[in-house]
Amino acid sequence: MNRLFLLTMFGFALLTSCGKEKSNTDQDFSTPAAAEKTADAESYDPKRGLGKYETVELGASLDKALAEKGLKTAEVKCTSCHKPTDEKLVGPGWKGVTKRRTPQWIMNFITNPDPMIDKDPELQAQLELCMIRMPNQGLTEDEARSILEYMRQNDGVK
Amino acid sequence: MKNKFLKSIFVVTLGCALFVSCKPKDSTDAVEGDAAQKVYVAPGKYDEFYNFVSGGFSGQVSVYGLPSGRLLKVMPVFSEDPQSGYGYSEETKPMLNTSHGYVPWDDQHHLDLSQTNGEVDGRWIFANANNTPRIARIDLKTFRTAEIIELPNCAGNHSSPFITENTEYVVGASRFSVPPDNDNGDVPINTYKKNFKGYLSFVKIGKEGQLDLSFQIVAPGVNFDLSHPGKKESHGWFFFSCYNTEQANTLLEVNASKNDKDFIMAVNWKKAEEYIKAGKGKRIPAKYAHNTWDEKTQSAKSVIMNEVLTLDASELKDICYMIPCPKSPHGCDIDPTGEYIIGSGKLAALIPVFSFTKLKDAIAKKQFDGAYAGIPVVKYEAALYGEVQKPGLGPLHTEFDGKGNAYTTMFVSSEVVKWNIKDLKVLDRKATYYSPGHLMVPGGNTEKPFGKYMVVYNKITKDRFLPTGPELAQSAQLFDISGEKMKLLLDFPTIGEPHYAQGIPADKVRNNGQLKYYDIAANKHPFATKGEKESKVVREGNKVHIYMTCIRSHFAPDNIEGIRVGDEVYFHVTNLEQDWDVPHGFAIKGANNAELLIMPGETLTLKWVPEKKGIFPFYCTDFCSALHQEMQGYVRVSPAGSNVPITYSVGTNLPKE
Repeated sequence: MNRLFLLTMFGFALLTSCGKEKSNTDQDFSTPAAAEKTADAESYDPKRGLGKYETVELGASLDKALAEKGLKTAEVKCTSCHKPTDEKLVGPGWKGVTKRRTPQWIMNFITNPDPMIDKDPELQAQLELCMIRMPNQGLTEDEARSILEYMRQNDGVK
Repeated sequence: MKNKFLKSIFVVTLGCALFVSCKPKDSTDAVEGDAAQKVYVAPGKYDEFYNFVSGGFSGQVSVYGLPSGRLLKVMPVFSEDPQSGYGYSEETKPMLNTSHGYVPWDDQHHLDLSQTNGEVDGRWIFANANNTPRIARIDLKTFRTAEIIELPNCAGNHSSPFITENTEYVVGASRFSVPPDNDNGDVPINTYKKNFKGYLSFVKIGKEGQLDLSFQIVAPGVNFDLSHPGKKESHGWFFFSCYNTEQANTLLEVNASKNDKDFIMAVNWKKAEEYIKAGKGKRIPAKYAHNTWDEKTQSAKSVIMNEVLTLDASELKDICYMIPCPKSPHGCDIDPTGEYIIGSGKLAALIPVFSFTKLKDAIAKKQFDGAYAGIPVVKYEAALYGEVQKPGLGPLHTEFDGKGNAYTTMFVSSEVVKWNIKDLKVLDRKATYYSPGHLMVPGGNTEKPFGKYMVVYNKITKDRFLPTGPELAQSAQLFDISGEKMKLLLDFPTIGEPHYAQGIPADKVRNNGQLKYYDIAANKHPFATKGEKESKVVREGNKVHIYMTCIRSHFAPDNIEGIRVGDEVYFHVTNLEQDWDVPHGFAIKGANNAELLIMPGETLTLKWVPEKKGIFPFYCTDFCSALHQEMQGYVRVSPAGSNVPITYSVGTNLPKE
């Protein structure tokens, strides 16, 4: 009985966790939001996160134009909640994030936040502090990459 | 209309005993065995069909799932909606503008889905406003009202908004004939026969759905009740039922029921187009509003038009023909083949079925019985295919299953009757418990009905549900029509008084480019604030524009000072979210209108004129996160003439003590 209950709850968590990850406006609604990226907890790679990015190649030096674009996007979609310093606003400050996290983890998280919050132990701990899940801001691939470049600039990459 | 039914109830009471199903027996009659299984849609699963239901005197349109009967949404169309701020926000106010000024309410009766090649296509749904005559187009990507056009020279826009098989035209017509708008309307009411006219409006629909009042046909002053376009062979024609051919102007329940036959008016709109091309149309002055919603600026604008092109049916003899139809026809429905025109004399205990082939033949052979107000009257027998005998009492509306069967509601004997179109034999009848009006089979008024379900909408539903004071919910009843016999599956309550409805397979709508949020980069609202950095407060004389953003879980700015009593304050609130299902609300204490409900990526404006000095809190009304309660802010209002400077901030104006 108990086992069945746990199993059901687990299944439920898998289903609900994916409800908001899709953001493509011309997606097919014909199947219910399904368990797509539901690798079990053991296979979760905390260095990579969960999402489409396996590796992200960074330039040796900063792409200034890209970083500038990143800041512009961030000012619309991110800086309401994140400061460039290490001070927490709604979410944690961005200072040092590119040193704490791999580029692929950042890219996966900012484009696919909900499933990662459900999986990543450090994000779970962060959620207990902030009490608010990072919204999916519908970032395009280009926007996400430019924000990553801005984060590098913010962390002193020249 | 109801008065007329009352009269008809007296007429038929005697004959009532003859009909077993005439009187609702017992509202608690059980449904058959597997009904619950057939309507159960498990949590997380989707319904098979969307059911769009008119909201009657609520002025709105509701959306239900079938077969579950679950209410999915109420879409504001012709009435203000405090839930969404429709009609209250500055951007949406122009949608309810008319030549009579701002009209915050209407009576919404019928709906029609856009079609391609005679099939529903899931692009738009059209809705009529009965009271202040209008037609609306609702975009099914956003489930929002995209456009509203007013119909001049018209009153009681009842036989509307029916559309042709390729969405060429949507029509409207007067249920109450009136003197044309530009004529002297200050005439004695009993000069009806001389001064009152019935106008039929043909509104052209553009590629993107744009509405354009293309022309109006000037018809005799009668009561135009319902209509449907021809299909296939009869494409190019429109059919309108009319009653009060007596042209009475008082106590119509008696005075409009005198003639044994009224008419279905057949309109050859292709011919009308030819006359217009040939320059036979006449431009007359007419004021009407045309309101459009611009998705890019997220704002509506209202333009007042000044004239309309008209064709006179009594002068141009071959665009309109009258087909006699037994006693006070109400519904006028065309079968999927386009061959059969089904009238329903609501005071006649039979259903006349006309043949389009015979009608054309009769017109060619001039088999006329004189003329009515200058319009040729086709001989009844010449156009008649046959009559369904003793179908029930008070036949109103007919829909089709695409398998050669028709289904007609019987208002007086409270039942729905299935009959065969070819041999006109009654096949089945089921009680509907209390006075059904329209019925709906998904696609049932098109060339391709989906003959699986049928919903019957009850106008009066005394005890179908738990009592809620003198006012009870009207109901919809879902039937399985896949077998030989109809099976009642489910009752569900509806908003307003449901009239007509439309149904469409869910995939045709949800896979049609559904919008989940507005792309903030594409937001061209003149007062959009893209990012907190841009948020600001700007005074222009006594107008104050507040450029505000919201995101889980705060507003920026959330401390505003320097507003004075009597200022016109505009809160332009931009929702910075880019995720599905995260609208934010905005409400401020004492505002004399409503709240805003701002979709992700959208900007909306609330106008507020503070009348007292003091501190006025504002907050988010739509639950958004665990910190939703904290999503709030303050406006300080100083007396008129005060010199408190405008200041605004978020996160910096910390407590002093």
